[in-house]
Amino acid sequence: MPKPDDLRLDHVANLARLALTAEEKERFAAQLGDVLAYVQQLNEVDVSGIEPTAHAFPVVNVWAEDVPEPGLSVEDALGNAPEKRDNMFVVPKVVE
Amino acid sequence: MTYEAVIGLEVHVQVKTRSKMFSRVAAGYGHPENTLTDPVVLALPGTLPVMNKEALDKVIKAGLLLGCEIAPECKWDRKNYFYPDSPKNYQISQYDQPLCRGGFVEIELPGPARNVMGEHKRISLTRIHLEEDVGKLNHAEAVSLVDFNRAGTPLMEIVSEPVIRSADEAFAYLTALKTIMVYGGISDCDMEKGQLRCDANISIRPAGATALGTKVELKNLNSFSFVRDGIALEVSRQVAVVQAGGTVVQETRDYDGQTGESKSLRTKEMAHDYRYFPDPDLMPVQVGEEWKSAVRAGCPELPFDKQRRFQKEYGVPYTITSVLVPDRELSDFFEEAARLCGRPQAAGNWIANDLLRELGAATLGLAQSKVRPAHVAGLVRLVEEGAILSNAAKEVFVDMFRTGDPPGAVVARIGLGAQTDLGELERWCREAVAANPKSAADFKAGKESAINAFKGPVMRAAKGRADPKRVDETLRRLLAQ
Repeated sequence: MPKPDDLRLDHVANLARLALTAEEKERFAAQLGDVLAYVQQLNEVDVSGIEPTAHAFPVVNVWAEDVPEPGLSVEDALGNAPEKRDNMFVVPKVVE
Repeated sequence: MTYEAVIGLEVHVQVKTRSKMFSRVAAGYGHPENTLTDPVVLALPGTLPVMNKEALDKVIKAGLLLGCEIAPECKWDRKNYFYPDSPKNYQISQYDQPLCRGGFVEIELPGPARNVMGEHKRISLTRIHLEEDVGKLNHAEAVSLVDFNRAGTPLMEIVSEPVIRSADEAFAYLTALKTIMVYGGISDCDMEKGQLRCDANISIRPAGATALGTKVELKNLNSFSFVRDGIALEVSRQVAVVQAGGTVVQETRDYDGQTGESKSLRTKEMAHDYRYFPDPDLMPVQVGEEWKSAVRAGCPELPFDKQRRFQKEYGVPYTITSVLVPDRELSDFFEEAARLCGRPQAAGNWIANDLLRELGAATLGLAQSKVRPAHVAGLVRLVEEGAILSNAAKEVFVDMFRTGDPPGAVVARIGLGAQTDLGELERWCREAVAANPKSAADFKAGKESAINAFKGPVMRAAKGRADPKRVDETLRRLLAQ
C-alpha cells in the first residue's frame, strides 16, 4: 500500500481547495491508499503490443452540426445561484 | 555585450461558429449577461458535451492555411483547475494530441520606408489545438461577478516556436496571422471583442548563443501595439537587469498599455498543476484525407501569395497591393474591376486612393459602397478613351460614390455638356482637328483609334466639362466632311 507521502495528500488537497485536519488527512490517506492499491492491480496485466487508448470503444467523430438552439433564460441560468447581481453570479473576489 | 531576444507567442483565437464548442446554445459577443448559456455551459449535473463540427472544420482549415500537419487522430483532455470562470472546474482542451502540428506564418517586417516592401520570413509554429473559452469575471468592490456568455466558445491556441527575434517581428506575426484567419473566415480576430488574445514568452541571451535564457511570460497584451510595446519594454528590462549584474527571474508579468509599464504578478506556486487526463465524455476525432480535401477546397489563396500574384501578373506596385491585399473583400473588388476594364493598375489606383478615401470620409465599409467594380471599370475606360480628363474623372468618382450612378450617366448628368454651348464645342473640335492633320489623315484612312488624339485637346479646352458622347459625335461629323 502506498504511503501517505507518495500520495502527496497536501498537494492534492491544496489543488482541490480543501483544508483538511490532521485526523482527516490520516483517514483520507488510508482510503486513497486503498483505492490506489486496487487500481494498481492493473499493472499486473501484460499490455505489451497493445496501443494506448483513451476509450475502450472504436467510436470516433461524434458531433453535431453548428446550428444554434435556444438556451436557458437568465432567470433559469441564475436559478441555483446562492447570490446574484446584475444578472451575474456573485463569487468571492478573485484576482489572478 | 549585445543580446538577442527569444520570443514565443501563444495566441488564442476564437473560432467563428454560430453555436458553442460542446453544446448548441448560440455563441456571440455583446449580448446581455448570461443570456448565452445552457446546461452544458453551466456544467449542470448530467450534461454531456457534443463537438461542434464547424469548429473542427475551421481549425483544420487554419492548419491547412498555415502548412501544419493535421493529426490523423486526436483526443480531448480535461485541464483541471478551480477558478470561477470555469463552472466544470476543468476546461476541455487538447494536451498531447493537438489537431495541428508544425506549420508556419509568413511575415513581412517593416520596410525601409512605408512604400517599400520589407523583408519576408517564416515563423515556425509548434502546434494548434482546440479548446473551449471560459466565462468572464467582472471585479466589483468586494466580490467578483461571473458572466458565462463567453464560456464554451470554440477557442484555438496557436503556439509559435521561440523563433521571434524582436517586438517588430511579433507585431508582424500577429498581423499576418490575423489576416490569414480573416481571409479564411475562421475568426474575425477583433482584439477589442476578445476574439484574439496574446501572451508572450520572452527571454534574452548573448547574441549568437544557442542556449535559452530564463523566460518571462508577459500577459494582458490586449492590442497589437501593446504586444509590440510590451515586448520591447520587457526585452530592454531584461537586458538592463543582466547588464547590471543581475539575473532574470522566471515570472509572469502584467503589461499595462496605458502606462507603458509592467509589473510582476504574484502567482501561487501550485497553480500550474493541471492534472490533465483524457476526457471520457468525448470520443476521439479522426481526420481522413477526404475530410482534409473537402476543407482544402474551401481554402482561399494566402494573402502574401495573392500580393505576389497581383504584382507579377497585373504589374500593380507594392504601394497599391499593400493596401488592397490585407482586406480580402477589397482585393476581390479590385480583381473584378481589373477584369472588367483590363487596366489593373488604373483600377488599383482608383480603389486604393479614391474609393478608400471616400469610404473613410463617409465612415462606410466596402459592403455599403454604392461604387461597385463596374463603376470603377467604366470610369477607367472613359479616361482611357480620352472621353474625360482625369480632373473631371475625380469629380465623376465623387458623384458616383454619392449617387451610385454609372460613370457615363454621371458625365451626362453633371452635364459636362450643359455648360458648353454647342457652337463653342464645335469650334474646339475644329481647332483640335486642324492642329493635328496627321491624326485626321490616319482616322480618315481607317485608323479608328486616331480619333482619341483629338479628345484630349477638346476636353482641355472645355476644362473637362464637355459631354464625351457629344464630343465624339462632333468629331466624327467634322472628320467625315
